[in-house]
Amino acid sequence: MNITFHPLGEAAVKLSYNEEVSPSLTSRIQAFCRELASINIDGITEWVPAYDSVTVYYEPWTHTYAELTEILEDITAVAIEESHKKMIVTIPTLYGGEYGPDLEDLAKQKRMQHEDIIKIHTNEDYLVNMIGFLPGFPYLSGLDERIAAPRLDNPRQKVPAGSVGIAEAQTGVYPLESPGGWNIIGRTPLQLFQPEKDESFLLNQGDYLRFRSVTEEEFEHILEEVEKGSYEVQREEVSM
Amino acid sequence: MKLFSVEKPGVYTTFQDLGRTGYLKYGVPASGALDRFALQVGNILVGNQRNTVGLEITMQGPELVAEVDCVIAITGADLSPMINGERIHMWKSQTIRKGQVLEFGRPNVGVRAYLTVNGGFEAEEYMGSKSVYEPAGLGRKLEAGDELNGNPQNQITGIGLFHTEIPAYGREVEVRVIKGPHDHKLSSDVLEQFFTTPHEVSPQSNRMGYRLVSDGIKTDHEGDIISDAVPLGGIQLPANGEPIILLADRQTTGGYTRIGTVIGPDLPLIAQMPPGGTIRFKEISVEEAQELAIDQERIFRIWERIVR
Repeated sequence: MNITFHPLGEAAVKLSYNEEVSPSLTSRIQAFCRELASINIDGITEWVPAYDSVTVYYEPWTHTYAELTEILEDITAVAIEESHKKMIVTIPTLYGGEYGPDLEDLAKQKRMQHEDIIKIHTNEDYLVNMIGFLPGFPYLSGLDERIAAPRLDNPRQKVPAGSVGIAEAQTGVYPLESPGGWNIIGRTPLQLFQPEKDESFLLNQGDYLRFRSVTEEEFEHILEEVEKGSYEVQREEVSM
Repeated sequence: MKLFSVEKPGVYTTFQDLGRTGYLKYGVPASGALDRFALQVGNILVGNQRNTVGLEITMQGPELVAEVDCVIAITGADLSPMINGERIHMWKSQTIRKGQVLEFGRPNVGVRAYLTVNGGFEAEEYMGSKSVYEPAGLGRKLEAGDELNGNPQNQITGIGLFHTEIPAYGREVEVRVIKGPHDHKLSSDVLEQFFTTPHEVSPQSNRMGYRLVSDGIKTDHEGDIISDAVPLGGIQLPANGEPIILLADRQTTGGYTRIGTVIGPDLPLIAQMPPGGTIRFKEISVEEAQELAIDQERIFRIWERIVR
């Protein structure tokens, strides 16, 4: 292991794993964060897992930088267990039409049928490497390069919440209405960010997303249930 | 209890406490007061916990009519606060009487003032904080006709800072920076330019970040890195050579090279810089910076004990 530490100001430290991004690394970063959460160290206020690093925020009046890096180093030594299970979260998605206005262009660009793009997009499980950019926004890896596509030349002023998009080699879901330049191929009725709820976030780092193509009727039905608060998100833990 | 009616909201007036904790990993910005020193002092002066929500007032202040006698303090930028047309002391607790009008005049020094009130304000709480963050729908700025409610408890006044304890905000400041984490990607020329030339604050600066215009910096690096968490005070250096200091409403993660991080005790100086002001950066070690942060925390705790 080749983990290094770097201060980010006087109240944060970045642990860099110094290796290529991979599902195995994401799993170890997850294990590290789980360990941090379970031992609950006084003076550590929060942490942010990323692709190949974790940033830990702390109070300098509780631990000096030198003390803290020692504590964290001990945790990295313990948290090496890779998980052999993965949590798959199913994202029902209505592809194309007004909900996926760029599907048609993408199909043309790739010389494919709509159905082929949908088939390829729903065929993979995508790993959440990290969450950032917007509240609840998952950075996903695993997109099939056959449907990778550059960002739009003219970004939209408003992309609706729930929009499913493709940009370069990434796919993602917009948690909020926001401006954006991704190719929008569909929309999910699920809400990734609900600030008024106790459980505000649909996803965690380390989860896998599986997109499932739904009909308009199904979309409307799920949307209704989501709004009533009675929709049960499909989560399934499977062995790797 | 109704404390104030809002006659005029000011340009950008929001509820802010010390921000959200524990949600950065979900991509939710911390938010909270940009000048954390001023908000904490304001709260101590009126007998509150340091994390109590106050109003962050930007450049042009609101006009508020008191609906009940209450104890307030105004800290941070000097935006010419007045009660019934008469200038009042800043950094000092005082009573505003029912029917009196609190308003602000010309901005003298700094950008952001804080109004704290004994007992705090009632405001919607999201994820453990009352700090407004409009882009995600977490509260909104003040509007004319709003009512500000609260629960005033005691009526002790006349507590203030000594002159020497009041921060000296200015249009030309030097702030201290801990280098990294991507400084090794930059040439020694770029690093030298960064630490020797003054940087001008662009008008496109806000609670998310301060954009700087830096004539001298000729970058030669690739602007992008593998995305990681962006700390409060982190300084991004995109390939265009114009640094951005990231503040309370920053995105939680970012993919640009960061040259260093402005230390917490110096961030109020940034928060109070108007467009056109100039910033110089000076390197400091993490050990020295932690001593400064510890000293500041110690002083807060001493003041809290004196007031209670």
